[in-house]
Amino acid sequence: MSEQLRFTKEHEWLLVKGNIIRVGISDYAQNELGDIVFVDLPSVGDRVEEGEGIAALESVKAVSDVYSPVAGEVVAVNEALEDSPELVNESPLDEGWIVEIEVEGVAQTGDLMTKEEYEAFLKGV
Amino acid sequence: MKQTPLTARHRALGAKMVDYAGFEMPVQYVGVLEEHNTVRTKVGIFDLTHMGEFELTGPGALATVNYVTTNDASVLKEGEIQYTCLTKEDGGIIDDILVYRTSNGFWLVVNASNAAKDYAWIEKHLKPDTQLKDLSDEVTLIAVQGPKSAPVVEEIFGLSLTDLKNYTFTTVTFEGVDVLLSRTGYTGEDGFELYFPNALADKLWDACLEKGEKYGVQPIGLGARDSLRLEARMPLYGNDIDESTSPLEAGLSRFVKFDKGEFIGRDFLEKQKEAGVQRRLMAFVMIDKGIPRQGYPLLNLDGEEIGVVTSGTHSPTLDYPIGMGYVDVAFAKADTEVQVQVRKKHVRAKLIKGRFLA
Repeated sequence: MSEQLRFTKEHEWLLVKGNIIRVGISDYAQNELGDIVFVDLPSVGDRVEEGEGIAALESVKAVSDVYSPVAGEVVAVNEALEDSPELVNESPLDEGWIVEIEVEGVAQTGDLMTKEEYEAFLKGV
Repeated sequence: MKQTPLTARHRALGAKMVDYAGFEMPVQYVGVLEEHNTVRTKVGIFDLTHMGEFELTGPGALATVNYVTTNDASVLKEGEIQYTCLTKEDGGIIDDILVYRTSNGFWLVVNASNAAKDYAWIEKHLKPDTQLKDLSDEVTLIAVQGPKSAPVVEEIFGLSLTDLKNYTFTTVTFEGVDVLLSRTGYTGEDGFELYFPNALADKLWDACLEKGEKYGVQPIGLGARDSLRLEARMPLYGNDIDESTSPLEAGLSRFVKFDKGEFIGRDFLEKQKEAGVQRRLMAFVMIDKGIPRQGYPLLNLDGEEIGVVTSGTHSPTLDYPIGMGYVDVAFAKADTEVQVQVRKKHVRAKLIKGRFLA
């Protein structure tokens, strides 16, 4: 099954694989937040609505919510972040992923940005 | 937004700049954790030019200081410094400040966000024959903080600091210009604060970096300044203290001297002392996972609200979350277990006595 990487205006990314969506934050977002010292993760099985806070990223200075880009059920969380929250800084697009959500039906990616579109969007930020 | 004489230096160093109290200030250079650890283990330098400095001179200067602040400035000898509060009639804290006893009066060092308010307040309460002058726009302030701060400062000025005690200051010269050098800080480490005319700013900043290089010096932003002061359990105006809190509630009783005579807020504070405070600023450590933040409710173990968090962070030195907050006096005892409402969760914490750090 092909994978699609998409970005939101809230600086999150989605890796869409069928009806499973892996969510993380962009390199721009981790750089803005600074050193992440704690990630408050949801529980597997939690039901989330689109736009609802699903995780919290705590830096030394502040807390920042991660919003669910879709409605669905949390099917996996990145447990490595419990002991190594710095993975979000070091590898935001890969080892620093945050949760996986199973959506009902097929994920819609039409109004999300591709990598190229997101990079163009960042130039305007 | 105002800039400091060092703004160009911060930008050249790649600092992330933010608006702080109307000034464009560096919040971090390389990262809060690394900068924090540098100050705890080596030495860091801070641009604190946003802070305000006032000069009080004339025959009425001492009477003025003692009337507008809670501590007793009459005990200060030239070269000595004290921490004190400006209070309103209702005991609320207008600002927490440092008072320096100079050869011809006093220097007051005030928080940037309160400088205009403080000036107006003091001006309104000047005793006869007293001159108040705002030096803030003329003075640059660099702090040098950390276990290796003394050798760096000694090398910059070519002197020995063995005799300069905590909370005292002296005048030194740099390229023929007077620099007020005080052994003070807001980090819990040994450290110094250098006040000098703006024209020297670049040269002294560069000298700090050059002389500090072999000790591992780094420039430090406001992000680490906040985590350092919180670990040192020092209150931050606007978080832990403000016009709605009294020095007695904030645990600052030792800076309130009732035996010195009249001062603004005295009647209220005396009554509050007699009656006992209803809430107290307490330090706490988290037992469970979760980071307390300003405004989060503090709850007892039954889930009833007993206070509010005023400061909180993940302590970089201790590697666990710490915080401060006002707690109903019935619960404000060391070792009491409480809960912090972190978003939707109730997370256990324990009130502590004394310092966070050993």
